[in-house]
Parts: sequence; C-alpha cells; structure tokens
Amino acid sequence: MTLRIHGTVNLGRLVLSLLAILATFLILWQGFLFLRDSGDTPKIVIAAIAVLWGGGGIALLFLVANWLIEPLPAKWIRRLQPFIFVGPGIAMVAYFLAIPTARTFFASLFDRDGSAFVGLQNYIDVFTQPAMLVTLRNNLLWIVFGASLTIIFGLVIATLADQSPLETIVKAIIFMPMAISLVAAGIIWKFVYAVKDAADSQIGLLNAVVVALGGQPQAWIAQLQPWNNLFLIIIVVWLQTGYAMVLFSAAIKSIPAEIPEAARIDGANEVQVFFRITIPSIMGTLIAVSTTVIIFTLKIFDIVIVMTGGQYGTDVISTQFYNQFFVFRNFGLGSALAVILLIAVIPIMVYNLRQFGRREAF
Amino acid sequence: MRTRKRSSALVNGSLLVICILWLIPTVGLLVSSFRTRDDVLSTGWWTILPHQEWSMVQQFAPPPSIDTTVNMQIAGASGTFDQFRSGVVIPDGKRVVWVGNRRAAVIQIQEQRWVTTIHLTLQNYQDVLTGKEYEVADANGNKHTEKGDDLSGAFLNTVAVTVPSVVIPVTIAAFAAYGFAWMRFPGRKQLFALVVALLVVPLQIALVPVLHDYVQLRLNGTFLAVWLAHAGFGLPLAIYLLYNYISSLPRDILESAFVDGASHFTIFVRLILPLSVPALASYAIFQFLWVWNDYLVALIFIGNQSGTQVLTMRLAEIIGSRGSDWHLLTAGAFISMLLPLLVFFALQRYFVRGLTAGSVKG
Repeated sequence: MTLRIHGTVNLGRLVLSLLAILATFLILWQGFLFLRDSGDTPKIVIAAIAVLWGGGGIALLFLVANWLIEPLPAKWIRRLQPFIFVGPGIAMVAYFLAIPTARTFFASLFDRDGSAFVGLQNYIDVFTQPAMLVTLRNNLLWIVFGASLTIIFGLVIATLADQSPLETIVKAIIFMPMAISLVAAGIIWKFVYAVKDAADSQIGLLNAVVVALGGQPQAWIAQLQPWNNLFLIIIVVWLQTGYAMVLFSAAIKSIPAEIPEAARIDGANEVQVFFRITIPSIMGTLIAVSTTVIIFTLKIFDIVIVMTGGQYGTDVISTQFYNQFFVFRNFGLGSALAVILLIAVIPIMVYNLRQFGRREAF
Repeated sequence: MRTRKRSSALVNGSLLVICILWLIPTVGLLVSSFRTRDDVLSTGWWTILPHQEWSMVQQFAPPPSIDTTVNMQIAGASGTFDQFRSGVVIPDGKRVVWVGNRRAAVIQIQEQRWVTTIHLTLQNYQDVLTGKEYEVADANGNKHTEKGDDLSGAFLNTVAVTVPSVVIPVTIAAFAAYGFAWMRFPGRKQLFALVVALLVVPLQIALVPVLHDYVQLRLNGTFLAVWLAHAGFGLPLAIYLLYNYISSLPRDILESAFVDGASHFTIFVRLILPLSVPALASYAIFQFLWVWNDYLVALIFIGNQSGTQVLTMRLAEIIGSRGSDWHLLTAGAFISMLLPLLVFFALQRYFVRGLTAGSVKG
C-alpha cells in the first residue's frame, strides 16, 4: 500500500508496522498449520491452543490494524478507521453468506456435475419428480403442523402460567428442551417411539401405553405414512414451544392489567378476554414468533436425518438437499433445493428490510 | 406488575399435566442411562417404579407321565400345553406356568408381588466415554469386546469447536456494531441493509460453495474450518443485536469522552465493551447453544475426520451403527446435554433477553 500523505511520514514506524502485520500473520499462519496438521497431539492441548489462537488472533488483528493507522494524519484516520471496525465483519458475511448465495444460484442453472447449462431444468425437476413432490409435501406438513402446534401450545401455556403461582417452575420446565440439541432430542424421542415384537415387553413408552390399552405395538416413525411425519413434528413442537411461550409470556405481561380487569367487570369470561383482548394486544409478538418458528421448521434437518434418514417418505428439503449433494452427487439439483429454501424466506427478508428502511437512526 | 394471581385448580391441574408430559421423555432418558444394559434392553424404564409382577413361589419338575398333547391337570389348574406356556391362573390368584419345551421343563407356581427393578450403574457412562475397547457379557454369559465410542474425545472436540466459534463472531460483531452505531462513512446504510437481509438467509445455501473453497485450501476437517463457518453464519445476528444495544447507549457518554481526546479505539475498549456486557452475554449464550447443538455445519465441514468429530456427530453415528443399544445412546445423549443445560439454567436471564431482542433471526 502506497499512500501519498502530506506532512511527515515516519519511515521507521511504517517499516515497523509492516513487520507487525507480517508477524501477526505469521503467528496466525503457524497456528493455522499446527491446528490443521496436528493429528497426534493430545486433544486437550489442541483445544487449549485452538481457544487461544481463535480468540486471541482476532483481537490481535484489530490491535495491529489500529496501531498501523494511528500515525496517519487525522483526516486519513477518520476515513480509514470505520473500515477497520466494520471491515472484517462485512468481509465475513459477504464471503460466508452473500457471495455463496450467488454461487449456489449460479450452480442451480447447471447439470449434475456443473458441466452443462440447463436453464431452469433443475427447478422443473423439483416440482415434477415424485420423490421431490413428497419432499415438498412434507415441508408443508412441517410448516402447517409444526408452526401452528408450537404457537398454540406456547400461547396456551403462557396464558395459563400467567395465572398460576407456579409460573417460574412451569416456564423453566417447558423451556428446558431449548438447550438440547436436535440430535439428543432425536435420541430421547426415538426411545419413546421404540418398538419391539408384540410378544416381548415394550421398552418404548408410547408402545407400552398402546399395549396396556389393548392395542398392537406400532413402528410409529416407519409405518403409517404420511402420518409418521407427525411423530417427527411432535419432537420439534416439544423443543420449540418453550421459545414461543417465553416471548408470549413477556408480551402478555406488558398488557396493562386494567384492560382485562375492566372487561371482566363488564361480564366478559376468560375465553372472551383471551380472544378479544390478549390476542389482539400481542399481535406483533405473535407475528414475530410465527415467522421465526416457520423459518426454523422450514430448514429442519437434524431431526429427520437422525430419526429416519429421510426414509419412509419423511424427506424434507434440507435432507433432500444433503442427499443430492453428498449421496447422489447431483450438484445442480442440490443447489436448486437450497435456492428454493431461500426463495421461501424472501418475503420475510423484504419485510425486515422495509422495517429497517423506516428507522429514524439511519 | 400483577400482584394477585387468579389461580384455580383447573389452571394448576392442566399445567401439572402439561409439565409431566413435557418432562417424561427426558426423565426416561436420564433413568435409562443409569440402568444396566440388560435391564434397559428388556424392560421399560418405568419398571424402576414399584409395580406388580409375577414372581416364582414354587418350582417342580412336571409329572413324568404327563401327555403334553392333550388337556393337562397340574397343581389344580387345567389347560392345553400352549395355555400353560403362557400361564394358567388358579382360583387363589396364583398362576401355573410351564417353563421350557415339551421335553425339558419345570413347572413354576407364581404370584403377583410388588417389585421394583433398580439396578443402577455408571457402567454405560464409562463404556460410552472411553475410546478403548471394553468387555460385555450378554444374557447367556458369553463375553465379547466392543469398541468404546470415545465421547470424552468428542466432548473435548466440541469444547474446542464451540469456544472460538463464540469468541470470534462476538469480537468481530462488537467492532462492527460500534462502527455502524457511532461512525459515519460512505456506504454505511447499504452495508447495514446487507446485514439485515442476511439475517434470514438459510445457511444451506452457503454450505457447498464454502465447502468447495475449503477443499482447495485443505481446510476440511479442521477446527479452523468450523470456527470460521460458524462465525460467518452467526455474524449477521450478532451485528444486528449488538448494534441495537450499542446504538441505544446514551450519546453524551461518548461525546464527553471525545472531548477528553480519546480515540475511537480507546472509547470502544474502555467504555463501550464494559457497558455492553449484557448484550454480549446474551448473544454469546445464544451462539454457544447454537454451536454446541449444531449438527449440519459440523457434518459438512468436519465430515469423516474422526479426530475432530463433535458430540452431535458421534451420537448420530452411534444411532446409525448401533441404534438399539439404548443403554449407550441414553448415556451419550445425556453427556451431550449436560453443559448446555448448565449454561442455560445458570444464565437463563441473559438468554431470554437475547431471544426477545432477536426474534427476527433465520
């Protein structure tokens, strides 16, 4: 970098700065090589070095960059400094999200190994091949049942808990699954759904209940298509209801207590208060939570891969995307599926941008 | 604040039922993880509760002359061979059971007794944590060795993946948020709009192009690959949340610092970072839970590099290769839940605050 700067330039300092940058990159590079190629080192050592390298490296980069521009004239500092602050962040979101979006869209217009341009053929395949149609149907099931059950449970529990002295403990219990990974949740529920021969005693809770009531044990997540999808959806409802409940609960508490009280004095019953006062008052939160839950269920991957691997008619876009890329090696179709996920969230993106555009601060 | 809770038996009763339903799957997992291998695989976990079961009172050899092809009379009970095989109940509530086949057998008199099957053990945890081989004996006493699942190694890997994956984006985002909030530079609004737009972009769309680059850089399977990916995917939310917080800090604090001649860098490190601890903490917890529980990103960027596999990947592999070893799966799942549950309950307040602020996330 050569800068024509009026005034005195301290050459020694410039050389030192360049050396500092070089040293920083050298340290980071050595750490990088060590972490990349250190197969035999004890894991605890790797983990410690990893933490130091990752956390310290970033701080070091900012420090050195700042130190570098400090000797420059004030005008140049004012111009360059914002880019030191926002530059790394913007570079990373650009490299990891913005540019790959364009690359994936581009790849979706080519055939399975990216050699021939096929136009929109991959998109036509997504909407015509039978396996893909099952996938799209399942995603619809996930959104319709997953999102609506989460919202309903979250709303009901938040309303009930608001009237109970046990509120804190109830909320902690319902919220707890939020801390669990979808893989662990998969194990928890696979165990609930476990099935054994009718002659043996059942070790899965659901089948034990069914047998105790005189029924036959069922393979809940394998048979009963397409309803086996519902047994997968229940897992995510179990997991996400806590999220919806916490946000609804906060919104309900912000309704001034006089309003529902006044309605009750006027003779409204609890059901009327709920539908005429609570729901309209928390509409904003209701929309925000619904969007978040819909986006989450739209991208669902872990649960399906862990529970069924997408077999028995349970594939969703995200698992199909994974299988197209890493099992069938069909890059064009895989990319098209990812683009469809993106298209599905574009309305939400536009809404967010509009809200942002209205902000005074900018 | 509400002072009076309109609590009724109906409200508390329904909450109790909901809480029990929500807890039972996790309780079943926890209980099973401490039961012996044979118990887990043959009886339901709820049998540790007192329940009635047929237990032997008396046992004798069948009369040598008995003809098993016709109706038989044994110990006051009568029935066919098949009926005796499943047990014939005699008037005093006991039952007579033919144990064995037609030629070699014993007759048992059994009665209903209250029993509990509590044989608790830490063996499952030992077996699943170790990376070494261990010996198991099956029901017939035959011994064979099995390879441990090395979850202790995977636990360390998960720590090594998670900590820098939290520290890096928090650091970068704090700088960027400060830059957007308190500096004026060309393109500021457009760049922040980019961040807002990327909030909801599904990360599936970015995975394959990034993977492509990683392969070129020989980064695949390293911690670095996963840290950078998690940092990149987490940054839009981090910048957005921290911007909201930092831009709402009172302007006069900064102005008086500027008057005193402090630079942006000094103000950021000395003033803004300490003031932003609540926001930094809520994002850090959010990202911690997200990364710790992530499966997809690890699966793509770590792949089959067994040295760097994280807990969710190891668990998913065990489900795939020995999906009916419930004694190991339950212990493994609980190991993976331990740290996030601790963090979650210790810092729930910050986490909820982060959720409330970030309900637009994709």
